[in-house]
Amino acid sequence: MLKTLRTIAAVGIVSEPPPEADLALRVREALPAKVREVLGRALAIRHVDAGSCNGCELEIHALNNPFYNIEGLGIRFVASPRHADLLLVTGPVSRHMALALRRTFDAMPDPKFVVALGDCGCTGGIFGENYASCGRVANVIPVDVVVPGCPPSPVQILQGILTAISTTPARGVAHGP
Amino acid sequence: MPLRKWLERAQALPGSPSAARVVVDVTDWLAAAGDVAAAGGQLLALWGANVPAAGDARVRAALVHESGLLVLELALPATDGLYPGLQSIYPAASRMQRAACDLSGITSDDPDQRPWLRHAAWPASEHPLCASVMGVEAAALTPDDYRFQSVEGEGVHELPVGPVHAGIIEPGHFRFSIVGEKVLRLEARLGYVHKGIERRFQELRLYEGHRLAARVSGDAAIAYSWAYCQALEGLERVQVPPRALWLRALCLELERIQNHLGDLGALGNDAGFAFGLAQFSRLKEELLRAVQLALGQRYLLDAVVPGGMAVDPGVAGIASLADCLHHIAGESLNLRNIYDEHAGVQDRFVGAGAVAPELARRLGLTGLCGRASGQEGDLRVDAPWPPYDALAPVKCVQRGGDVAARVSVRFDELQVSLQLALRVLEQMPAGAVRFAMPVPAAPAGELGIGLVEGWRGPVMLALEPDGNGGIARCHPHDPSWQNWPVLEHAILGNIVPDFPLINKSFNLSYSGQDL
Ligand code: SF4
Repeated sequence: MLKTLRTIAAVGIVSEPPPEADLALRVREALPAKVREVLGRALAIRHVDAGSCNGCELEIHALNNPFYNIEGLGIRFVASPRHADLLLVTGPVSRHMALALRRTFDAMPDPKFVVALGDCGCTGGIFGENYASCGRVANVIPVDVVVPGCPPSPVQILQGILTAISTTPARGVAHGP
Repeated sequence: MPLRKWLERAQALPGSPSAARVVVDVTDWLAAAGDVAAAGGQLLALWGANVPAAGDARVRAALVHESGLLVLELALPATDGLYPGLQSIYPAASRMQRAACDLSGITSDDPDQRPWLRHAAWPASEHPLCASVMGVEAAALTPDDYRFQSVEGEGVHELPVGPVHAGIIEPGHFRFSIVGEKVLRLEARLGYVHKGIERRFQELRLYEGHRLAARVSGDAAIAYSWAYCQALEGLERVQVPPRALWLRALCLELERIQNHLGDLGALGNDAGFAFGLAQFSRLKEELLRAVQLALGQRYLLDAVVPGGMAVDPGVAGIASLADCLHHIAGESLNLRNIYDEHAGVQDRFVGAGAVAPELARRLGLTGLCGRASGQEGDLRVDAPWPPYDALAPVKCVQRGGDVAARVSVRFDELQVSLQLALRVLEQMPAGAVRFAMPVPAAPAGELGIGLVEGWRGPVMLALEPDGNGGIARCHPHDPSWQNWPVLEHAILGNIVPDFPLINKSFNLSYSGQDL
């Protein structure tokens, strides 16, 4: 116990300030700023790996480490889509996951956001579209924000999430679903 | 015929210094597989070769023996088209045979003929690796009706879980048969993240394939991209500069360190000790930052390239990486003490998910999990490829076979890999890190093998050029193929709430086996 406490004290607090939202990442603006303002205070995220290589997951995990401390920002990962405001999707969508992804999206209460993560989520990445892959996430469910990178860094992922719920409207982006 | 005779008949293959091939007929196929097993060997991979012309299908089995890899190659018999299945010799063969049937249309005579990687995305009559053109149609949004093997009896319940899980992990389906909380049977169904990787390889040029290989399982990117480049450089008769080989070893050990740090934290957390996750995830982040400083990327998905390395650390990068590794070595020793002395953590670790050495041997448990159950294989020692012949790492073996043993192997390997990485940083030869690759000249029909001990276990990659600079066939193999079926045994008699912990202690790849 003493060793545990000593280690905690020796390390201290390493958390860093979060990045700013980047409206260039927003590809769709279906919800009013008011909704984003409310959600911004306590956001529940459901993650679905729809076909990823597991690289993106490594960096999502990093958001929980003490440097990024995502829970400290009021953002939590939840175990059910029914509790979630934001769906974080990785990978090209494999045909075998398309149904599960669609069902997860449908099970989430409105209003809801979708963030597509990684080069695969944004465009299908190196896997593209074929007999087993539907390609990018937007081919299967509507996407609000895209975060490129292979894998994107934790800061970029956090920025994507914060962009989804930022109250500033993006310019030159299609409104409505 | 003893193993030695088969090795004498076999011809060395390009790529891995320890791989050789022997072309066999139906009788020899079974005889050789049996002889390797009798000599203590194991099945590593089984797959369908490229089909250059209709009616020319061949099945290959890669067998690991004490000093390397023997690839058996069998042309499918013309009479009934079935080849003799290897399940009775190597239980791990079953799922690989089913996958080879789904993708290449070659069928074994073993009893389990259910599809494995194919759910509903394509019909049984089509074989993605044979069809010259397979169109992209609308997504199949229909569930299929897979036949699980059920347990019947009073008070037995079925508990289906997945494919989407509660945490941030890859998707797969687990079906538990339980009495109360106790697990009587577990059957996994995978294939959810099958995204046509082997088919995609066939659209790429030989000199592009390493990028896809790195993304077969992103947490083992170095192992796969090295295996790919080893096969390719062998096929093209290219010698890689020594510094590049040492850098590849550095990156492979860094990959092992990163994954072990991540797992040790997650395992503490799953045992109810959130402190462990906070500390290990902090160390891992410090390492990723040091790696980025030294090598330009946090995760090195594009570092290993044909002909060498795309990155070369400068003096300052090497110094700060070495500092970080020293620091992690000290801190993780302290954390190991804390884990060892924490009664609550030990209570969850000890005895959970045990796989006895004899069961591990029979089922072919491999890699890190195998070493935790007394299976001593480690290709870095048994069949070393440069520079591991010079590095000579020590093997970390435990015999307990439970979560505690898999944790111990990780702690031990963490220290060994930290010392190895430090040694590489210190002794790495100077010079170029990349040679230009010649215009691809490997003829069609050749087979190159890449073989690397990744952090989970042996990663193999079989590469066939098309003779025009393209890829005729590429089969990557993940050690998770062997270990997933063993997880189903490890959970027996344990309680359902311990499954996340036991599963995490294996930490197998979904993407790497779903392909
Ligand atoms: S974007 Fe890169 S890291 Fe993420 S799933 Fe795709 S290949 Fe893997």
